[in-house]
Amino acid sequence: MNIKIFLGIMASLLLISPKLIAAISTEYAYITNEKDDNISVIDLNKQQVIKKISVGQRPRGIIFNEQQSLAYICASDSDRIQILDLNTEELIGELPSGEDPETIALHPDGKTIYTSNEDDALLTVIDIKSSMVITQIDVGVEPEGLAVSPNGEIVVVTSETTNMVHWIDTKTNKIIANTLVGARPRSAQFTQDSKLLWVSSEIGGTVVVIDVESKKILKEFNFKIHGIHRDRVQPVGIELTHDGHYAFVALGPANHVAVINRQTMEIEKYLLVGRRVWQLALTENQSKLLTTNGISGDVSIIDILKMKVIKSIKVGRFPWGVAIKHAKK
Amino acid sequence: MIILLSFILLYSSCALALPNKSTSIVIDPLEVKVNYLKLQQQQSPALSNVIKMPNDSGYQGAKLAINDSNTTGKFLQQHFSLTQFEFTTTPDLLHHLKQAFNQGDNIFIINAPLITLDKVNLWAQDKNILLFNISEFSDVLRDKQCLSTFLHTAPSYAMKADALAQWLLYRRLTKVLLISGKKPVDVAIATSFKRSAKRYGLKIIEEKYWRFDTDLRRSAQQEVPLFTQTSQEYDVIYVADKYKDFAQYIPFNTYLPRPVIGSTGLEALTWHRVIEQWGAAQLQTRFHKLTARYMNELDFNSYLAIRSIAQAVHKTHSNSAKMLIKHLKSADFELAAYKGRKLSFRSWNGQLRMPMALVHPQGVVSQSPQVGFLHPKTDLDTLGFDKKESQCKMH
Repeated sequence: MNIKIFLGIMASLLLISPKLIAAISTEYAYITNEKDDNISVIDLNKQQVIKKISVGQRPRGIIFNEQQSLAYICASDSDRIQILDLNTEELIGELPSGEDPETIALHPDGKTIYTSNEDDALLTVIDIKSSMVITQIDVGVEPEGLAVSPNGEIVVVTSETTNMVHWIDTKTNKIIANTLVGARPRSAQFTQDSKLLWVSSEIGGTVVVIDVESKKILKEFNFKIHGIHRDRVQPVGIELTHDGHYAFVALGPANHVAVINRQTMEIEKYLLVGRRVWQLALTENQSKLLTTNGISGDVSIIDILKMKVIKSIKVGRFPWGVAIKHAKK
Repeated sequence: MIILLSFILLYSSCALALPNKSTSIVIDPLEVKVNYLKLQQQQSPALSNVIKMPNDSGYQGAKLAINDSNTTGKFLQQHFSLTQFEFTTTPDLLHHLKQAFNQGDNIFIINAPLITLDKVNLWAQDKNILLFNISEFSDVLRDKQCLSTFLHTAPSYAMKADALAQWLLYRRLTKVLLISGKKPVDVAIATSFKRSAKRYGLKIIEEKYWRFDTDLRRSAQQEVPLFTQTSQEYDVIYVADKYKDFAQYIPFNTYLPRPVIGSTGLEALTWHRVIEQWGAAQLQTRFHKLTARYMNELDFNSYLAIRSIAQAVHKTHSNSAKMLIKHLKSADFELAAYKGRKLSFRSWNGQLRMPMALVHPQGVVSQSPQVGFLHPKTDLDTLGFDKKESQCKMH
């Protein structure tokens, strides 16, 4: 009996240990596959998919908690946010999300989660600790892009059919202003200092930079790619480097990522990636950018120093969201 | 409880939103009233007794668009309302139109055939009025008999035919057997397809007219193979049968095992319940929630009309028909409509340019314009009457 237990412990140690070693230095990318109902996990050192984790129906938005021990996943067609334990890789619970949650954002205090309910034109505010809905806020039709300012004061949500950015005070959970932007706004990203907000408009074909204080549009970017009709240039995901140098914009069916120099506010380059590039994520040291490419079903890795696409990795059907788990220190 | 709470929040947020709005100065509330006028049309008798178009087709699409527009409107102090009227004769419809116009209404959506639209157009000349055609596909309205007071969110037969012809060319199915019904509208559809065939270099190897007057429901298997036997081989069969009187008996019964397109099999439509890309799934869900049925092409066309109006109102903060028309016909107007592209109106004939979905009853096959069909302005103008082809010169 004792020997059996001992052997069991030994065996499990043997099984776990390679994983433990790998986890020390590696970053992992978690990709939600909208049409496969699972998540592909990419080892960013090996640059290959190491496993798939089954989740709820139509997974889209994905974020981690502060400690990066849990992932919150919008399982849109299951009408819930699922909680994935990143150590055991098991779904350990759910948050009440309202119907059809699409995107998700975490307040910097780590206590509150925001999710957009696309079918009901609502923003749901959830208290993580108690798993309770604090409130639901009426926003425009088909709310989509979500962002909380790094200083925690404001949450914004874009509504695709209303064509607006709704500004919500995180203390009162009330709308304090609305800004009309180009058709079908998709993603929103605050700069690190919480002073500027970048918003992409898919059908409008533009990205605007809005001053958070005055809510005025300071700059509008239009994209021109040789050989691609401007109607096919449809900006979606945005990522801003923490050093304030670059903005990256995924251009959807144009199959390119635009590189914007934020010092000069000029578009510097377009990088060819997979088909229908959707969301973006930066690695922790900001040396690499990952893109999810919906139609080609892969992830492109961009080396930011070389400003080149260095690898494409096949994942599942319709990869949508991406979150990167940092290397353990 | 949550609902109650959100209601309270909604009101308080609206109240709060206004003084803080910094993108524009404080705006007066705006009321936009839309009249939906429908002429009851007798459904042509068809062989099938079970496939029928819902009677409220069109109106329900408009209703959903009003809901969607009001969600946006509440942040902009704009409110949209819709009233539906049904008539049995054209004079009744005209009478109501004149009366409503005299009482200050100036935005109308008309679900009526060509003859009625023509009369409305004659009366509406030089008036401050915004009119939408959502149901009449006739080519003459986009080519010769131009309705200068109308905007069309209904596609033309030519747009549908071009959409299919491009796909045929892409698939290299270039030899076509054309079968047409005997009604004038079927002949018009067939003529439209012949124009597209010529435009894209397809060969119509033979043209046949469907003149059977027997009940084919039990004998299609015997009759249709004989009917579709030709001296030359064909790659595909195009059927022109607006009311689907016989079209659904053609597929799988053809002499040569070939695909069937046009009024059955593969159809070119603005909308169908199987469309789900580009956020369409959300629209389908909202529509189903509202009506407990699927959204059809007529529903979608009126959805587009109201969304166009609302988009123009949001942008111009005006409810004057003149101001709205000016914006709708300008290069600034862009409509996101679950098509993956922005839509706009053709300045020469008021036609909404839009991609056409190619669908079979269970799925989307493709969307036209097909890749590779180029155009100096926009490839959407490869569908239907381009500026140089159309005799319409609106402005």
